[in-house]
Order: sequence, then C-alpha cells, then structure tokens
Amino acid sequence: MSPRVGVITFPGSLDDRDALRAVATMGGEGVSLWHSDRDLRGVDAVILPGGFSYGDHLRCGALAARSPIVEEVRAFATRGGPVVGICNGFQVLCESGLLPGALVRNAGLRFVCRIVQIRVETSASVLTDGLVPGEVLRVPVKHGEGQFVAEPDELARVEDEGLVLARYCAPDGTIDPDWNVNGAANAIAGVRNGAGNVVGLMPHPEHAVDPDVGPTGGQPMFASLLAAALARA
Amino acid sequence: MRFRCEVVVRLKPGLADPQGRAIEGALPALGWVDVSGVRVGRVVEFDVQAPDEAAARARAEDLGRGLLANPVIESFRVEAVSPA
Repeated sequence: MSPRVGVITFPGSLDDRDALRAVATMGGEGVSLWHSDRDLRGVDAVILPGGFSYGDHLRCGALAARSPIVEEVRAFATRGGPVVGICNGFQVLCESGLLPGALVRNAGLRFVCRIVQIRVETSASVLTDGLVPGEVLRVPVKHGEGQFVAEPDELARVEDEGLVLARYCAPDGTIDPDWNVNGAANAIAGVRNGAGNVVGLMPHPEHAVDPDVGPTGGQPMFASLLAAALARA
Repeated sequence: MRFRCEVVVRLKPGLADPQGRAIEGALPALGWVDVSGVRVGRVVEFDVQAPDEAAARARAEDLGRGLLANPVIESFRVEAVSPA
C-alpha cells in the first residue's frame, strides 16, 4: 500500500508537479490539492511546494497562508500529520505561524540558483528521520527571498529547542559564511516545529531524487517523509 | 460610510534591510553624501465601509495586524483615515 501524499497548488505555484513526480518516483501516490478547497482528500502527508504563489505580492507566501486549504493543513498538523513546506511552501508555513521565523530577501540581493550542501541538524522530524545529524546532502536552491530571520529571542528558542532542521555548509559539513547562500541567520536552511511533524526548508528535495539529472540529496528526505506518511496510512 | 485608510508597514529596527543598504550604497555616486540609515517600508491604501472614523480605524488596525504586516519582521501604523 502506497502512502498518499498531497501537494497543494496555489495560484502561482511552480514546483507542485515536480513534487508529485518526486513522490511517485520514491514510491508514494501523489494527490493534487487545490488552494481554495477545504478538503485534504484523506492524504497521509501534505507538501506545500515551491513557486511564486500570488506573485509573491505583499510578502512571499503571505496571501497563500490565508487560503482555505491552509486552515485544513493547520488542523491536520495539530493532529500530528506530516507537513513539508519547500521554498515558497516554507514561506507559507512561516506566514501561517506553523513554523517560527520568516524568510526575507537574500542578503546579496541576487536570486540564487545553484546546487548547495546542507548539513542535517536533527533526525527528529518527518523529513530527516532516517538521517544522521551531521550528514551532508546536496540539493538545489533557487530563490530570491530565502534568508531565514527571527527576532533574537525567537532565534535563541529555535536553537535551544533543536528546531533547526538543516544549515547551509561547505562540502565537508563545516558552517562557513562563504557557503551561506543567502545570509540566513545561523546559516539556517530549514526548521521544524517542536513535534517534528511540520518542517520547512528553502532547498528543493523534489529536484534531487533523480540521479540522471542531478544530485540526489532529496532521496533520503522523501524516504523519511513517505515512511512517516505510511505510518499514518 | 466610506473611509480612505493608509497603513504604513516598516521593517523592525533590528533586521537587516538589503534594499535600504543597496539604495544607501548608490547615493554617494549621485551626490548624496550626507544621507544614511536608509530603510524601505511600504504604504497600503484602501477604502473601508464603517459607521464612523473610529470604527474605520479599528478595521484598518485589524487588516494591518492580520495581513498587511508580518509581526515577525514588521511593525505597522495606521497613518490616516479620512472620509472617502
């Protein structure tokens, strides 16, 4: 039995189809979800994909975060359902308060599109359950507003409570400003909620599951997510 | 009654403002050598239906708090409310 993973399409979502494809490639059943529906169609996990929902107008993810479907996602997350926000999806989760912090314009003001390394910081999440802290994964990033920020108190809480999912790093795993692709606070590339069922990350694991076209750092993350989904199926 | 409202949204002081910095960096070449501390915010204007100005202002506050500003990174102020 395949786990069913929902992928939400907002107006302006771009990477929804790639997320669905990655789910299928990794052995799950992808289910398309629509932003204005109040129906998660009984899925076992939800992905909020990358893209430019609502053209990034007002703030990235701000309008999408107020969609009817996100209210359902909120309830699903409260029940412990696995929720993954990728890039714009991460922005939506932060805007909706399901994850701490916010994503702002890259410090260098340039849109960055390249393969980076991220170091896994915790295995206590639905995306990293099969991974070892310290492990380095290669994944692509493509964003103009990916700089993770938080007020000092909240940033301290994120660190103290182990909510950092992954950090940008050098190929050998060391954290170094030269490898911080967007100036994110403490090189944070992704975070999790306290329960570990809601995660967000700026890099794109859905573009890193096929060895024929690029890095495969997304494979272990999708494997973890599908295992978490299967456990609920 | 219809009221025209203006909400100004600003980045919180502690947060780096790459846009403001970029603007500030360009100023000397344009002859502005005495300008510093540039920060960029936004103004959102809208009409709202309300029985009176106080109620209109309250609606503007609600919209500012609920959508126009992200409290993690921004503060807002209702700058003007006038009969439309």
